[in-house]
Amino acid sequence: MSKAMTQQEALQEYLLRLADSDMILGQRLCELCGKAPALEEEMALMNVALDLVGQARNWYEYAAELIDDGRSADDLAFRRDAHDYRNALMVEQPNGDYAVTMGRQFFFDAWHYFTLASLVKAPDERIASIAAKAAKEVQYHLRRSSEWVKRFGDGTEESHQRMQTAVDDLWRFTGEMIEADDVEQTLFKAGIGPNPEQLAADWKGLVNEVLTEATLTPPPEDAWMYRGAKVGHHTEHLGYILAEMQFLQRAYPDAKTW
Amino acid sequence: MPRPGKPEPRSLLEDQPVIASDRIPARDRSKPVTEADIWALLDEVKDPEVPAVSVVELGMVRRIAEEDGEWVVDVTPTYSGCPATEMIEDSIKEALQLAGIRNGRIRRVLTPAWTTDWITEAGRRKLQEFGIAPPVGSSSKLTLKGVDEAIACPHCGSTHTERVSEFGSTACKALYRCLDCREPFDYFKCI
Repeated sequence: MSKAMTQQEALQEYLLRLADSDMILGQRLCELCGKAPALEEEMALMNVALDLVGQARNWYEYAAELIDDGRSADDLAFRRDAHDYRNALMVEQPNGDYAVTMGRQFFFDAWHYFTLASLVKAPDERIASIAAKAAKEVQYHLRRSSEWVKRFGDGTEESHQRMQTAVDDLWRFTGEMIEADDVEQTLFKAGIGPNPEQLAADWKGLVNEVLTEATLTPPPEDAWMYRGAKVGHHTEHLGYILAEMQFLQRAYPDAKTW
Repeated sequence: MPRPGKPEPRSLLEDQPVIASDRIPARDRSKPVTEADIWALLDEVKDPEVPAVSVVELGMVRRIAEEDGEWVVDVTPTYSGCPATEMIEDSIKEALQLAGIRNGRIRRVLTPAWTTDWITEAGRRKLQEFGIAPPVGSSSKLTLKGVDEAIACPHCGSTHTERVSEFGSTACKALYRCLDCREPFDYFKCI
C-alpha cells in the first residue's frame, strides 16, 4: 500500500473488505444447506447467510459506484480472483464441526457488530444507511452465535472440549480483524471508520465475557496471529470457495445465452 | 379470544378473484389520479412471504408523491437480503400499470432503516389472524443481551411459550412453540 493513499482509495478498499467478508461467510454458511445438524439450525444458518449476502450486495453496489471503472456489483463478486479478495481470513475457514461453525460466527459477529455500530455514525450517508440496516440484523446474528458458544462451552464434557478446541484453532485468525492497517487508520482519521483501539477493546471485552460465561479459557492475547487477507494473501481455502461460487460466471460469462 | 388450533385455510376462490386484473380495485379513470388512490391501490399489494398483510400495512411504502409529472413511490426493504424485495417492487409496478398509471416509478430508500415499529395496527391484527405472532415491544429498546418479552401464541393466546430458533421460515421471523396448545408458530421479530 503506497503512502500516498487517498481517502477515496482507502474507502474503496474498505468497502471491498466489508463486502467480501459478508459474501464469503454467506457462501460458507450456504454449504450447510441440506446438511445442517437440525432443521431449525438450517433455517437459522440460511437466514444469516441471506442477510450477509444482502449486505454484501449493498456494499458492492456502493464500491462499484466509487471505483467507477465499468464493473458492476456482480463483476466485483464474481470476476475477481483470490488475491483481489479482501475478506477476513476467519470467514474463509471451513465449517468444521458445529462448534467451529459457531465459533467462527461468534468471532466474526462480534467484530461485525461493533464495526457496524460505528459505521452507523459515519458522515457518508450511504455508508450510514447500509450499516443501520445491517446492524439490526447482525445484532440477532451475534445473540444467536454467542448463545451457542455458551451452550457448547457450558454443556457436556464433549461439547466443552470441542468448543475449546474450536476457539483455540480459530484464535490465530482473530488478530488481523481488530488490528488496523493504513486503510483503517486513514478512514478513522477522516471520521468515517471505527476507532481501531475502541473496536479492539470492545471486541476483546465481549469475547472475554462470553468465553468466560461459557466456562472456556480465552487463548493468550499475545498468541501468534495469521495476517495477510487485507492485502490479498489468503489461506488455501478461499480458492476452493471462489472456484465453486464463480463457476457459472466463468463457464458462461454473463449467461446471456440460455 | 381466538379459538385454539390453526386458522381455517381460506379459500382462494371465495375472497380473491383468480384473474389478476380483477383483484385491482376499480378506479374511476375519468378522474385524475390522487395520492390517496395510489395508497389504496398499494394496500392490495401483498408481501409474497407474508401474504396476510399488504406492503402498506408492513410499513414498506414510506411516501407517495408526484414529482415532475411522475408518481414516485418510496419503498424501504425489510431486510438487506430479503429475496422478496424485487418481487414486491415488481408487484407495485404491476398494480400501478393495471390501474392505468403509467408514469409511476419506485425509489428504494434505505434511510431510515425499516423497523417493525412501522407495521400498522391493522397489519398486526392480520398477522395474528394469519397465525404469526406480531412483534412485541419497540425496536429502539432492543439490547444485545436483553431478554425477549413474553410472546403470546397466536392460536390460543397463551404467553406460556418458548423460542425454538432465533430464525424461522424467513429472515423476519423467529420460530416459537406454545407450551399450552403445543402448536409451533412464527413470531415476527422486533427489529
